[in-house]
Amino acid sequence: MNIFAGIGAGVLGLLADIGRLAMFTGRALVALVSPPLYGRLIMGQILRIGYFSLPVVGLTAFFTGGVLALQIYLGGNRFGAEAIVPQVVVLGITRELGPVIAGLMVSGRVAAAIAAEIGTMKVTEQIDALTTLATNPIKYLVVPRLVAAVISMPILAGIADSIGVFGGYVVATASLHFTGSIYLKNTMDFATQGDIVSGLVKAAVFGFIIALMGCYHGFHSKGGAQGVGAATTAAVVSSSILILAADYLLTSVLFGR
Amino acid sequence: MNPKIQLIGVKKHFGAKKVLDGVDLTIEKNSSLVVIGGSGTGKSVMIKCVLGILRPDEGTILVDGEDVTHLSGAARDKVMTKFGMLFQGGALFDSLLVWENVAFGLIQGRGMKRAEARDIAISKLAKVGLPEDVAYLSPSELSGGMQKRVGLARAIAANPEIIFFDEPTTGLDPIMADVINELIVSTVRDVGATALSITHDMVSARKISDRIAMLYGGKIIWQGPTGEIDRSGNPYVDQFIHGRADGPIRMAVKA
Repeated sequence: MNIFAGIGAGVLGLLADIGRLAMFTGRALVALVSPPLYGRLIMGQILRIGYFSLPVVGLTAFFTGGVLALQIYLGGNRFGAEAIVPQVVVLGITRELGPVIAGLMVSGRVAAAIAAEIGTMKVTEQIDALTTLATNPIKYLVVPRLVAAVISMPILAGIADSIGVFGGYVVATASLHFTGSIYLKNTMDFATQGDIVSGLVKAAVFGFIIALMGCYHGFHSKGGAQGVGAATTAAVVSSSILILAADYLLTSVLFGR
Repeated sequence: MNPKIQLIGVKKHFGAKKVLDGVDLTIEKNSSLVVIGGSGTGKSVMIKCVLGILRPDEGTILVDGEDVTHLSGAARDKVMTKFGMLFQGGALFDSLLVWENVAFGLIQGRGMKRAEARDIAISKLAKVGLPEDVAYLSPSELSGGMQKRVGLARAIAANPEIIFFDEPTTGLDPIMADVINELIVSTVRDVGATALSITHDMVSARKISDRIAMLYGGKIIWQGPTGEIDRSGNPYVDQFIHGRADGPIRMAVKA
């Protein structure tokens, strides 16, 4: 009997969480479309979410592009197709790895930071204080982060695309005997606008997921330091999982398979 | 009789735990009411119900005769402009400077220009005894007593009609506690506000109140003018104000 009680409690808890998240998302979207929009706060968050994520996103994209070039070369070599490197690198980076790597990195950096900040505000009553100062906490805290993340992520993904392709180019020309001009020509000729745009659309969705998970877990953190720690972990784990799940869904929708 | 705030049969429970079990309380205009009660008796929950941070399960809350129990969104924000609140831990926004904290309600809540709001913030800081250079510090650079003062300045910045004080003297040394008590009395008088405080500090309660009410078991079990608290004839009140471990109130060790 205890097993069933445990399963039941787990299922009920999960349903309650989904319901809370749906309501939270609904309130955030309502606040998003009702004026005023805090431009100052949005700019500040773009700086924090977008600009300060550039180093980590750039570095990971560079190495991802490099290792992709190396693996494709070694794999292609088995059946004499090593010349395919530039085409596969640009396809893999723009469609998948650019947005996903940027998403996961920003998830680790930003979802955690948002959850920790809002969670601390919650346990120190700063969120209640916002209410008493006639300010809607959702509008003041959540909306600027959502908007900033949705704007920042496609830009970060675009930069990750460029740096990732460049990483592949560096490895291919430096150690795989590719000629630079031919590598670049093959890259440019092969990549289509659809490859790039689909990646940027994904990145915008990932940005929404990251900011939403950070805010949601921060707002619902309980207790003191331990609660905030748990909220931070939950924000990173849930946004990472949702990014990969959304990636699959978006890929099947965007490319119709 | 000119009630500013009325609570009628307010009930609130969390899970199986009944925190408020039918609270009836009236706060007269321009009066200062202190609600006393032990830790965990629901004093904070009661205040949060009035502020709309928590939603009561049953009962009605009237502010100036208007039913605010179920207000939300813009209507709630509008009612909130009547309120100022000093939080127990200060609840200052640590990402903002001191003056931005004080001016927050003016800038965000009322759309005032920043320069104008800064001047008001600095004058409110002067009112609570803080010099202008404090305005440009960050809250984390201040001591606990100074944070309380900034919190008080923020609570009165928009000249609210109603000010709530949540444990205003908790965590302060006796001298700083008295300074804060005096500031509360003088600022409430200055802005002509109605005050509702919750505390378990009897020295503070006697100093800042016209009337005292005691919350126990989710209900108001006694209320009367401050001068009569020693003659309440209520064994619960007597035990509380004298701080005796023995008496009708049994402290629950487990929450």
